[in-house]
Amino acid sequence: MARVVVDVMPKPEILDPQGQAVANALPRLGFTGVGSVRQGKHFELEVDDDVDDATLARIAETFLVNPVIEEWVVRRVTP
Amino acid sequence: MTTEPVGSDLDHGQPVDTVECAGLTPDQRQPYRELGLKDDEYQRIVRILGRRPTDAELAMYSVMWSEHCSYKSSKVHLAYFGKTTTDDMRARMLAGIGENAGVVDIGGGWAVTFKVESHNHPSYVEPYQGAATGVGGIVRDIMAMGARPIAVMDQLRFGPADAKDTRRVLHGVVAGVGGYGNCLGLPNIGGELVFDRSYAGNPLLNAGCVGAMRVEDLHLAHASGAGNKVILFGARTGLDGIGGVSVLASDTFSGEESAGRRKKLPSVQVGDPFTEKVLIECCLELYRAGVVVGIQDLGGAGLSCATSELASAGDGGMHVWLDRVPLRAEGMTPAEILSSESQERMMAIVRPDDMDAFLRVCDRWEVLATEIGEVTETGRLVITWHGHVVVDVPPRTVAHEGPVYQRPVERPADQDALRAAGPESLTRPSTPRELRELLLRMVSSPNLASKRWVTEQYDRYVRGNSVLAQPSDSGMVRVDEETGRGVAMSTDCNGRYCKLDPYIGAQLALAEAYRNVATTGATPLAVTDCMNFGSPEDPGVMWQFEQAVRGLADGCRELGIPVTGGNVSFYNQTGEVAILPTPVVGVLGVIDDVGRRVPTGLTDEPDQTLLLLGDTRDEFGGSEWAHVVHDHLGGVPPTVDLARERLLGEVLVAASRAGMLLAAHDLSEGGLAQAVVESCLLGSVGARIVLPEGSDPFVQLFSESAGRVLVAVSNAVVPAFTEMCASRGLPLTEIGIATPESGILHIDGVATLGLDELRDAWEGALPALFD
Repeated sequence: MARVVVDVMPKPEILDPQGQAVANALPRLGFTGVGSVRQGKHFELEVDDDVDDATLARIAETFLVNPVIEEWVVRRVTP
Repeated sequence: MTTEPVGSDLDHGQPVDTVECAGLTPDQRQPYRELGLKDDEYQRIVRILGRRPTDAELAMYSVMWSEHCSYKSSKVHLAYFGKTTTDDMRARMLAGIGENAGVVDIGGGWAVTFKVESHNHPSYVEPYQGAATGVGGIVRDIMAMGARPIAVMDQLRFGPADAKDTRRVLHGVVAGVGGYGNCLGLPNIGGELVFDRSYAGNPLLNAGCVGAMRVEDLHLAHASGAGNKVILFGARTGLDGIGGVSVLASDTFSGEESAGRRKKLPSVQVGDPFTEKVLIECCLELYRAGVVVGIQDLGGAGLSCATSELASAGDGGMHVWLDRVPLRAEGMTPAEILSSESQERMMAIVRPDDMDAFLRVCDRWEVLATEIGEVTETGRLVITWHGHVVVDVPPRTVAHEGPVYQRPVERPADQDALRAAGPESLTRPSTPRELRELLLRMVSSPNLASKRWVTEQYDRYVRGNSVLAQPSDSGMVRVDEETGRGVAMSTDCNGRYCKLDPYIGAQLALAEAYRNVATTGATPLAVTDCMNFGSPEDPGVMWQFEQAVRGLADGCRELGIPVTGGNVSFYNQTGEVAILPTPVVGVLGVIDDVGRRVPTGLTDEPDQTLLLLGDTRDEFGGSEWAHVVHDHLGGVPPTVDLARERLLGEVLVAASRAGMLLAAHDLSEGGLAQAVVESCLLGSVGARIVLPEGSDPFVQLFSESAGRVLVAVSNAVVPAFTEMCASRGLPLTEIGIATPESGILHIDGVATLGLDELRDAWEGALPALFD
């Protein structure tokens, strides 16, 4: 078994209402100095060793990610 | 003298193309084709300006002269609406075609504004955000008229229900409509859901909105009064939606382009309904404070559109300091800022004395507001970037004097063959058993099945004023909470009828929406339209468009209600194949007291007679039966008789006022069988139907003749109601009784069906397809 991590972020040019909400809330809670917040998703998958990179890329692109508005990175994490 | 490209090194170290540069480098090649401009259109810009445009000017002209913004192919045809609207029809119209949305006086000091707009292409590329921002855009149009948005309704069309891509698009679109509308706290009171092969790859998302205001609160989009300030308020401007208008909405998806589609993907905008909700409340408070001279929403074409349209509708001049626009992304160029389609932004014109009050209101709602310009008397729209002039144009040439095309119009060569291949040769059911099977198959077919799976994902009752919503014939909302005055709205279109005859098809759409409004007891007042067609470069499509416009305009004149506004969406086609011509028609009606509305479903009162108003003929061209059973489209659509529709409407409204109607349901796709099944299931009330003696039960049950309504009246009222119809010359047939406790629908000599069995068929179809 290997651990695979998929990190997903809204594309830089795409509006990120969630990140913005966090950024707006910070000063209200007394935290200053944070200029901008972007919020993404982080997946951890336990996969069999024979699952190849191409399959992982397909899993990410077709199911975990909305490629129209998000960008992503797939990484194998050595145990 | 050198002819090196000259650029001012500004701000981010990027050279910016200024008017001065443009004068010095007349021969610099510009990417106008990539921006969607034709050679002659580019030459025309050069002639207007007397020099090549700057990058920023080119961006403005290219988005504003796109099909979506300039109506360049449709303008010559849309003029027909003006010619057919009489002064009588205009009497209640406070704002019409050309404003953000039409406005009608509904009496009692109230005005209502309503409009339907398309967001088709974005909804195919990114269904959730495309649909969500479609709703957001139409809501801002309504806000810009000074009204509070009170309801939305959406017209959705997809490819075949069992096609794989339909699942993807439908799930996203429905979730997007629901997500945005629910967050805004707006009830979704109806709409349409249609499946047809022609919409595969070209789904239609039309978004409608209704708003209400006191008559004196009407606001129009113009920038007048030199010295007045130009305020941009709402969300920041980012890189989203750049080129959305010129590239997405005005081009066809062909095989070649879809390969390169990734490049265009950033054209998608992401909406934030919570920002929009705050913006709505902020605008309404600004109106109440009386600090707004003119206002406009930022939709397609963003700042290019808002600045040029406001300036040309006012005293004709405006100066904008573009570097003051608050940005979300770094390093944006003037051209990008001008064409960004970031959502949830508005532009207002404010007197200098009111600036403090204006900014105080925005501050209270935590809405970012920035003074970015000033109204001038120069007659020119001048935009500067860090002190350098990057745009200097006559605003009307951008907003209103774009190219106008007299596109070739030609009746398609195969139109005659299509009309000749009528439904007469199709095998019809003959035995009672076949009729029974057909009835169940029809009510569970995707276009006739209950839309509940979709509409239950929407909030239909938020704000507490919805009195009718899907599956009623019309949506209805209370406007005046003291008197109960309200409005009803219905939108309709059968693209199959329009394909067979776009003139008659458009009139049938109008007739059905009109009838749906009258069926609930409201008086039809005004019309809006959303014309969805294929490529205007196809003469056959232009013929369909011209016919539909003429049919709708002539029909409105006959019914005496004006078209107050509309929207045109072209290029809905894949390769050579256009969608069915789909002129969606919305009719708005007024009812003095929503308490007297007529329900669609049967009620459980004892001793009710069911009456069918109107004539039933053998009409199956373009019918749902031909579609479902034979996958056939040919022949001619049902006859349309608008004088009859008007009479029918008068009778329905009069009977509703007299309290005669216990229920009423319009007959349309699927005919009498469908109407009876829906009436029974919506009220959970059984019925016994006796078809006229000697008639063909198949024709009686499934013909789609227009101008018919099924009504339920108390037995005691039948003589008076019959007399009322007879004296006005409206044909009526007694066709049965309601049997509240029976739990069955019995059709004499044809079938007996349990309501449970019918409900499983009708309500089970969409969940089976999409869950």
